[in-house]
Amino acid sequence: MAKQVKSKQKKMNARVDFTPMVDMIMLLVTFFMLCTSLLKPQAMQLSMPSDKEDQQDEQRSQAKASEAVTILAAPGDRIFYFEGKAENAAQTIVETKYGKDGIRAFLLQKNAKAQAEVEKLKKEFEVRDINEESKKEYNERLSEIKSAKGTPTVIIKINDDASFNNMMKILDEMLICNIGKYVIDNFSEADKELLATKGVQLAH
Amino acid sequence: MGRFKITKQDTFIDMTPMSDVMVLLLTFFMLTATFVKEEPVKVNAPGSVSEVKIPTTKLLTIFIEKNGKVFLNLDSPAAMRRVANALNEKQGAEVISDINEFAQVPMFGTPLDQVNAWLKLEDRNGYLAKNPNAGVPCDSVNDELKVWVRAAVEALGEDSIRIAIKADKTTPYKNVKYVINSLRSEHQNRYNLITSLSGAED
Repeated sequence: MAKQVKSKQKKMNARVDFTPMVDMIMLLVTFFMLCTSLLKPQAMQLSMPSDKEDQQDEQRSQAKASEAVTILAAPGDRIFYFEGKAENAAQTIVETKYGKDGIRAFLLQKNAKAQAEVEKLKKEFEVRDINEESKKEYNERLSEIKSAKGTPTVIIKINDDASFNNMMKILDEMLICNIGKYVIDNFSEADKELLATKGVQLAH
Repeated sequence: MGRFKITKQDTFIDMTPMSDVMVLLLTFFMLTATFVKEEPVKVNAPGSVSEVKIPTTKLLTIFIEKNGKVFLNLDSPAAMRRVANALNEKQGAEVISDINEFAQVPMFGTPLDQVNAWLKLEDRNGYLAKNPNAGVPCDSVNDELKVWVRAAVEALGEDSIRIAIKADKTTPYKNVKYVINSLRSEHQNRYNLITSLSGAED
């Protein structure tokens, strides 16, 4: 053997072509992007008084005249409110509008004390760590402020022909203005007559 | 003589970083995915500032479409089966004879005596969307929503069932009221009103 055959190692190209893989992953990403909704729907929690009559009466009697605010929603995005007793409503009823300058401004002014306390509470908790315990404490104190004495009680009456959007907007204001005591009540004949004096013709 | 030497450029582009990023994206989408549920009837929920998430299990969703028709759905086929069984038992009749077929529908809502006929239809979703007879009857004269809710409460457990109401922006309050009244008569007093998120500005 004159010459040892040197084992000539073949140099393999270690580079793998990733293009097909990228193609495939692109397709998968597109699929997921199109078929999923990233946003989970939100919900607003609503508790209605129980259907048992006695409880309803109790809730109604809680609303003191000085703290009571009644909001009436009429079709066509019209909204009215009055303070105090229903007997004097014809003189005190005011038409307003949805949103920041309308009903919210009024409710915020009515609930100014609780609002200020909520702001204070928020500031206090801003610097603290967020954990289960502090969240729980926050919620407890928040509901305490919301249901404290002197905060307004809002009675919401929605006409049959007003839209669901109107209802949600009013419930939203309750949340924004930190009003803890509110109840959705039936829209009665008397309310209908009351709105008629304001030039709202209602079918129901 | 100088000759131009054309440098041979490698046309091979390294795809590794690209595939890295892609895999990351893919993982992200896969993990955050909640699949769009098929909703035969379009319901545009109003916006709200509330940030409460709706529960995902043992959930009975009540849809109220803009003309006031009421539809129902449950979160899983297993729950659908249980509710169908409970309903058949309660009514003492085969209200739903093909339970397996029923478990697969994304949304249902017909008068009780028409459920079987509806399940046999080819275009079930089209029927719900277009037929004026579709929708669970829910008024003071004929309140079948109660029957469904009672069956659902029995099947899913009185304490663990969650009720969500998804109504269209333009649904008259009257129809929402009917639904709430019939839920209240079944002693269900807490609901999640499904909304889409929006700011407090407007």
